[in-house]
Amino acid sequence: MARAAALAASLEAVLGSRSNANRVFEILEPLAAQEEEEDIVSAGRTCSRLFGALLERRELFVGPLPAQDAALADRYSAEDKYKIWMRHRYQDCVGCLGELMGHDAFQVKELSLCTLMKFVELEAQYPLIKIEWKGTLTFPFDLLKVVVDGLLPVNENASLLISRFQEYMDYDDVRYFVMKAVTANIGQVMQKTKERPLPFYQQNVFSLISPINMPNKESDMVKFMVKQENREELKMSKLQAHRQVFQKMWLAFLKHKLPTGLYKKVLVILHDSVLPYMNEPTLMMDFLTVAYGIGGAISLLALNGLFILIHQHNLEYPDFYKKLYSLLDPSIYHVKYRARFFHLTDLFLSSSHLPAYLVAAFIKRLSRLALTAPPESLLMIIPFICNLFRRHPACRVLVHRPGGPADMSEDPYIMEEEEPSESRALESSLWEIQSLQNHYHPDVAKAAAVLNQSLSEMEDDISGLLELSGYELFDKEVKKKAADVPLEFEQVRGLFGKKNDIFAEHFSLD
Amino acid sequence: MGKAAKRKRKVSGPSTAKGPVKSAMAVVKSNPFEVKVNRQKFDILGRKTKNDVGLPGVSRSKAIKKRTHTLLKEYKEREKSNVFKDKRFGEYNTNITPEEKMIRRFALERQQNYGKKNIYNLNEDEELTHYGQSLAEIEKLNDIVDSDSDTEERGTLSAELTAAHFGGGGGLLRKKVSSGQEDEEEEKPKSRKELIEEMIAKSKQEKQERQTRRESTLELTEKLDNDWKEIQTLMARKPPKSERKDKEVEKPKPDEYDMIVRELGFEMKAKPSERMKTEEELAKEEQARLQKLEADRLRRMRGTDEQADKKKPSHVSADDLADGFILDKDDRRLLSYKDGKINIENEEEEKEEEEEDEEGGEEENENEEESEDESASEDEDDAADSHSDLDSDLESEEEDAGNKEEKKHKTNENESQTVEELDPKREAAKSELPYTFAVPESYEAFKSLLAGRTIEQQLIILERIQKCNHPSLAVGNKAKLEKLFGFLLEYIGELATLDLPELRTIDKLVLPLYNLCQMFPEAASDSVKFILRDAAHDMEEVIEVKGRATLPGLDTLIYLKITSLLFPTSDFWHPVVTPAFIYMSQLLTKCRITTLQDVIKGLFICCLFLEYVSLSRRFVPELINFLLGVLHISLPKKQAQGYTVVHPFTPVGKTLELLLVCDKEDLESWQKQNLPLSIVTRLKETSKTEMNHIRLSCLALCFDLIKKCAALYESLPSFHEIMHPVRILLTQHVPVNEYPEKMQEWYHSALKELETKVKHYTPLICEKKKPVPLKQYIPKIVKVLEFGRKQASSKKEQERKQLIQRHKRELKGAIREIRKDNQFLARMQLSEIMERDSARKRKVKELLGSLATQEGEWKAMKRKKWKN
Repeated sequence: MARAAALAASLEAVLGSRSNANRVFEILEPLAAQEEEEDIVSAGRTCSRLFGALLERRELFVGPLPAQDAALADRYSAEDKYKIWMRHRYQDCVGCLGELMGHDAFQVKELSLCTLMKFVELEAQYPLIKIEWKGTLTFPFDLLKVVVDGLLPVNENASLLISRFQEYMDYDDVRYFVMKAVTANIGQVMQKTKERPLPFYQQNVFSLISPINMPNKESDMVKFMVKQENREELKMSKLQAHRQVFQKMWLAFLKHKLPTGLYKKVLVILHDSVLPYMNEPTLMMDFLTVAYGIGGAISLLALNGLFILIHQHNLEYPDFYKKLYSLLDPSIYHVKYRARFFHLTDLFLSSSHLPAYLVAAFIKRLSRLALTAPPESLLMIIPFICNLFRRHPACRVLVHRPGGPADMSEDPYIMEEEEPSESRALESSLWEIQSLQNHYHPDVAKAAAVLNQSLSEMEDDISGLLELSGYELFDKEVKKKAADVPLEFEQVRGLFGKKNDIFAEHFSLD
Repeated sequence: MGKAAKRKRKVSGPSTAKGPVKSAMAVVKSNPFEVKVNRQKFDILGRKTKNDVGLPGVSRSKAIKKRTHTLLKEYKEREKSNVFKDKRFGEYNTNITPEEKMIRRFALERQQNYGKKNIYNLNEDEELTHYGQSLAEIEKLNDIVDSDSDTEERGTLSAELTAAHFGGGGGLLRKKVSSGQEDEEEEKPKSRKELIEEMIAKSKQEKQERQTRRESTLELTEKLDNDWKEIQTLMARKPPKSERKDKEVEKPKPDEYDMIVRELGFEMKAKPSERMKTEEELAKEEQARLQKLEADRLRRMRGTDEQADKKKPSHVSADDLADGFILDKDDRRLLSYKDGKINIENEEEEKEEEEEDEEGGEEENENEEESEDESASEDEDDAADSHSDLDSDLESEEEDAGNKEEKKHKTNENESQTVEELDPKREAAKSELPYTFAVPESYEAFKSLLAGRTIEQQLIILERIQKCNHPSLAVGNKAKLEKLFGFLLEYIGELATLDLPELRTIDKLVLPLYNLCQMFPEAASDSVKFILRDAAHDMEEVIEVKGRATLPGLDTLIYLKITSLLFPTSDFWHPVVTPAFIYMSQLLTKCRITTLQDVIKGLFICCLFLEYVSLSRRFVPELINFLLGVLHISLPKKQAQGYTVVHPFTPVGKTLELLLVCDKEDLESWQKQNLPLSIVTRLKETSKTEMNHIRLSCLALCFDLIKKCAALYESLPSFHEIMHPVRILLTQHVPVNEYPEKMQEWYHSALKELETKVKHYTPLICEKKKPVPLKQYIPKIVKVLEFGRKQASSKKEQERKQLIQRHKRELKGAIREIRKDNQFLARMQLSEIMERDSARKRKVKELLGSLATQEGEWKAMKRKKWKN
């Protein structure tokens, strides 16, 4: 507490008279030195108040700052000398705070962040650069860059601090400059590392830039940290400019190789919060194509972005369906992104201009894979397949082939064939779904039995089924009320006492 | 009436007897003055008119005629109690001609008299005999003279007798003779009256003599008796044995057969009940029951007719307690006696038998004693000797009957009541287990009740709790026992989670659990569902937090197993089993397999799945996936080719080679062993070799499960596609040659099961759609609702209304008839009175006339006299 009192005294002294200016060092000292958390915090607060007051009083030198030694020259008046000196102290303070953003304690980090942002605000209000003409940008970009650099450490996860920072991102101008700073930062950092992935850094960048909430209309942009009269004319108040910066930032970020986990995360949000805000979404084409080629879950996720490009931006993707076809493997029914994938697949296969062989191949493959699927996926895929039949009546031979050969020794469909047209799906029948009519889950069995009858005209709505989870199924079944409970009539003779009990053969009750 | 009669008379002349009525009718009908026409306001096509033309005159005359025949007759005979009934055959029947009538009457008479013996009926064909000879023959052969002489000569009838009996006809004859011979020297012959008096006197004298004779004999016997008594007192000693025996011989003790007969007679009449069923019949019945249940199960399994299976509520009698209690076995206790007290057996059958034997012996003893008593009493009262046997018999029978009744009563009591009044001896023997138990209110109470008891004792306690608190005994018992199910389930779970799981105890506790479940299916299903929901919820939470889950503990596995014991797993949908299915599916797909225990648990769940679907043969994709994954982790690390493993197994990762065994020695020394379930909770202290052995056992289990799956899913149309990855793995990747021989056997049997199945595909054909009927233009006919007319809703209601209407009409008719009757009677009475009055008037007139003439005559006489 004594330390705090001393700091307060120094603050008052410095602010009180210029003769006590040297006591600034007393305040700055704990920031630079490796002190206790509390001391740093109190010193930081004092700094913030001190320089805040000084900025407001305009007691800091304005314009390009001469070197400390040069300031001693006689060109400057005493007043200027003081201001220059004080400005140097301010720069020291900013430097210290920037370093402190990498401190171990979150409290310190947070404090430095807030102080710096306060400086940013004040500096924008009382600019330290000369305003030569009306359009001069008063935003302290360099100071913000210090903040951004502090937010994106290379070797640790700063997500907490970044989430603290998010409140400033609501300001349109701050966001604009942060995006610029991030772009610059990525360039610097990645150049150094030479394409080696930096998981923490990239994670930090991602957590900083992924929540960026871009405005949809120019008229939405009303919240600025710096109030400048001629705002409308400035570049940063233009949506186009924002988008340009946004696009540059993302391209810079995605230019480099990403770790798998991050890859997925990026792909998950790409279609929703990145592509719509880019000036030229087609620039993402390379990234998405590469991702689509990787295979597995990443490919599934890339599909979404790719779809937007194809759908809205006239992207020509050769062998898209073949690629999609090859994406179908047993894991699609088990992965987390199942709902998204089938939503898209549904979209892709909704065109009535697709050739029948292609749709048949899809149907056959999906149902073949369904033989390993859990019930929640089955409940989704069977109506899905039914919908395909409705859209493409030519495929109905798969479930209804009256004049076909009576007995076949082999399923004509070739599962291993990559090319849908070569898979001979149209010659086959959906025995898989027939097998699923014996599924243990009553709803699945019922759904599969639908294919025995001729289908109704209306398509089933599968949007509700896409997100179905196993637990939901369980919950639904448990909550069902039963009129009566049938009981086992065979008298129990012990835990493993049934006849032909499998357990008795392999387990013992010890 | 009068008119009609007149007309009839007029026309009847020329026509025959039958003709006149008809022709009269025809005439009447044709006579426009007779016919009354009910004019119709509207002619309606198709309506049948019944009453458009009426003949009021005819009908009236008919009615009056009828009344004169019936009502008037009755009226005239109103004060007469005698009724003259003319029973002559066909007296009033005009259809029969008089000759025929006579013939029939005669026939009837003969018929009536036939077979009746009438001594006076001399005209009959029966032969009369005299001294064994037919009278008719005698008549024929002998003339009267001959017979007379004969009788005289032979003197077959004494003169006296004939004289007495035949009124002295012979006497007269004789008198003639004697008068001829002896003249008048003899007294005047006795008159008939004298003779009779003489006879009477004679007979009287005889009678008196007889009486005096009898009196004297009586006196003599009395005297003799007195003498005998005197003598008897003199010789006051027991009669010798022989004498007694003689007596006994004289009145022999009723033999056994008689006794039995009498006993049976006195025994309460047994009601005819169902006869005891033979063992075969019982077996057959049981089989039928099982078949019915099995059919029921199959229907539920197919799940096709869910509407239909909402079966009608079975008939519930008014006495039904509606407690869902089913008497599985007859648990009534047999009653026996021990030291004269009622002895109640416990469940142990052996003891029961023993006691029954004893009881039999005792009863015999008792019988013997009784018979001895009987003989003693006999000795004592010689006087009542003759009846003593019977009496005692009766007594003993009464006693028997009483006992029997008592028995029945007691057994009934036992049936309904509890074990409260148990034999204290037994109680002591049964190591101080109390006999009545309240159902514990909380789980802690329940646990403390079972704590420290052996398995058998726990079972007994549970059974007693059930018996003491049977739902039929008190209102709240049902809820209590339902709670007990929950406690028991929880207890089992706790036993399974112990460090050293008490699986043997659980094995036994399943029985009471099953029984309770049979009693309260709803509550049981709720408890099991609750447990499953808890488990699933926990897993879901873990997944949400960590992103992956681990397989649950042994308790949950045991619960799943118990579910399969309590509920039919083959149902298409079942409130408990279906959630259990989904939960197990979740377990196999969501939980990570990182340790050997996980593999064992997983395989346990696989076994559960197989057991669940063993009857319904339903397809479980997760099962195949898991088995494939297990095989996969038993392979040495290399690139998987030709098959893909799915979640939770990954083609690469650290769980690979979890089941791989490289140690040659361990491979050699392995013996197939049953995996102890306790492994699931503790595996640490086992050695490496043991671990390897467990691994190999798991693998063998896996092979066996694959084989079972193959057998189960053989009929699925895409069996080969389902088993494709497994087959590839088995044929191409499994290092068979490194396995020990036993394992190779397992492997080959599994592979054989997979490969022997024929590939067989038939193209699918949709079910034919029902043709949609064409739209038709026939008007739809709807019943028109007439305004103002009551619409009977149902046929029944309509009938009822009709009936009411008919009743009303009949009532009206009856009232009208009665009124007409009264009018008729009044008319008759009036005419009677008039007749009577006119008669009186006439008589009075007559009298007055006669008086007047008398007076006139008298006056005339007087005048004459006076004149004279």
